Amino acid sequence: MAQLTNANAKPPRRNSLENREYLKAKLRAAPWWLYAIIAIAIFTFVNILTNIPFQKAFLFIKAGLSVTITTTLIAFVFALLIGLLTGLGRISDNTFFKNLSTLYVELIRGIPMLVLIFFIAFVGIPGVVNGLKALGVWLVEIGVTDIGGWLSAIKNEVPMNTRAVIALSTTYGAFLAEIFRAGIQSIGRGQMEAARSQGMSYWQAMRYIILPQAIRNVLPALGNDFISMLKDSSLVSVLAVRDITQIAKLYAGRTFQYQESYITLAVLYLTMTILLSFLLKYIEKRIQKNER
Amino acid sequence: MSADDMVVVQDLKKHFTGIEALDGVSLTVKKGQVIVILGPSGSGKSTLLRCVNQLEEKTSGDIWIDGEKLTHKSKQIDKIRSEIGMVFQHFNLYPHLTVLENITLAQRIVKKVSKEKAIENAMSQLTRVGIPEKASRYPTQLSGGQQQRVAIARALAMNPKLMLFDEPTSALDPEMIKEVLEVMLDLAKAGITMIVVTHEMGFAKAAADEVVFMDKGQIVEKASPAVFFTNPTHERTKLFLSQILNH
Ligand SMILES: Nc1ncnc2c1ncn2[C@@H]1O[C@H](COP(=O)(O)OP(=O)(O)OP(=O)(O)O)[C@@H](O)[C@H]1O
Ligand SMILES: [Mg+2]
Repeated sequence: MAQLTNANAKPPRRNSLENREYLKAKLRAAPWWLYAIIAIAIFTFVNILTNIPFQKAFLFIKAGLSVTITTTLIAFVFALLIGLLTGLGRISDNTFFKNLSTLYVELIRGIPMLVLIFFIAFVGIPGVVNGLKALGVWLVEIGVTDIGGWLSAIKNEVPMNTRAVIALSTTYGAFLAEIFRAGIQSIGRGQMEAARSQGMSYWQAMRYIILPQAIRNVLPALGNDFISMLKDSSLVSVLAVRDITQIAKLYAGRTFQYQESYITLAVLYLTMTILLSFLLKYIEKRIQKNER
Repeated sequence: MSADDMVVVQDLKKHFTGIEALDGVSLTVKKGQVIVILGPSGSGKSTLLRCVNQLEEKTSGDIWIDGEKLTHKSKQIDKIRSEIGMVFQHFNLYPHLTVLENITLAQRIVKKVSKEKAIENAMSQLTRVGIPEKASRYPTQLSGGQQQRVAIARALAMNPKLMLFDEPTSALDPEMIKEVLEVMLDLAKAGITMIVVTHEMGFAKAAADEVVFMDKGQIVEKASPAVFFTNPTHERTKLFLSQILNH
């Protein structure tokens, strides 16, 4: 009896044809791609739990997770700083600052990321280090011993992890600069004019009026680039930085278990990026809700 | 130039590529005066206001505000702007800040007023424009008329010597125009020096000490409202008035 009342409370029953159409539409609208990814992940993790070679590969590779994650996080923070400064430079009235920023962005955008990483790690950073040392020696010679001594004592060998962070943040700084620039330009001219008309300086107007609105607008884009950066951090394995990609490569080469190594590696990245993009969607919804 | 001149504009020219937006404008506004500027679209009304607080850089000519000649020094520009209130057609409130924060921010960071003083001042300006109860709202939660009144309060909170209004009611629905004009009329009665660009003839008649008619970057006619609306001298003015009054 209770069942019957429940059924009556439901929306009017469809006839069987309508029902089939409704089901079809539902099935078509379902996120099948997501179910597929989840299935792959579950399959892999079940393998990791039950299949000894998989388990071994996973335990070996996961040691690189902390390198992958910290490299990405630190590089992203620096990329944000570089990007913000460069983005401000791109829209600045100062000819020098503007051209310098544009030069940097165009250089980075015109070179493949892998090549950039080699270049920055093996040409750029040693060049800067040698330059600083030479400056230090010269400073000591002309009598500025404190700074000079400190500069000339810089160690030649910058750790590869540091080079990786510098390479990634230099590269992504240019990408983020374009995001910041677009974000700032999306704020109507009237905002700057209202702020300046109250006597605020350009930088006060930027800091209190333009940037808070611009950053809020570009938060989703920044999040997407964070995810891209997590993936691109795999490129620093060419510097022999022991991230998950490098470790998987080592493990595969040593054990010849290519399937176990690279499936595990791929699923690790996939898991991280999918979780991050869910987090991002959630944050975006929150922002939209708070939007006034 | 005398000590009771608030604004003196002398032979001001502003050139944009392909157009003389201002073609030799001279105008004196005395302290406490309300000047209404009329003129067809593109005649240079906004450009004149924007040159006065240097949102637009003049091509030639000179401007004095309260006896001080305007220069290119950014220190001076910021200081003089902080003493001139500007009200825009589209309000330009800061959407990420509450009404109260909109009004206190510049007081705090430009005039270095203490937080308590800034809030106290903001609340009294909000009371003046009739919406103290909206202090904690965000701009988009207000009607257009209320937003423009907040914008006026924001400008007044800087204790300006001079208020500039650039078509403050043009973006408003008819039923909200009155509430904004009433606030402006109060300010005029209180003796605040104002330059107002508007198409509201009622306001011009009621509040203006002088009406200025501009066309093609020049001042064509300047007269008291009584003379201007009943007995204008120039043909251009007569034509403009007949067009406006027939609408
Ligand atoms: N930033 C600019 N760049 C180029 N031309 C401009 C610019 N600002 C204004 N002008 C031109 O200068 C002339 C005067 O413009 P202004 O905005 O001062 O007119 P207005 O009298 O305020 O007109 P409206 O009633 O439409 O607001 C117009 O022809 C306009 O197209
Ligand atoms: Mg205008």
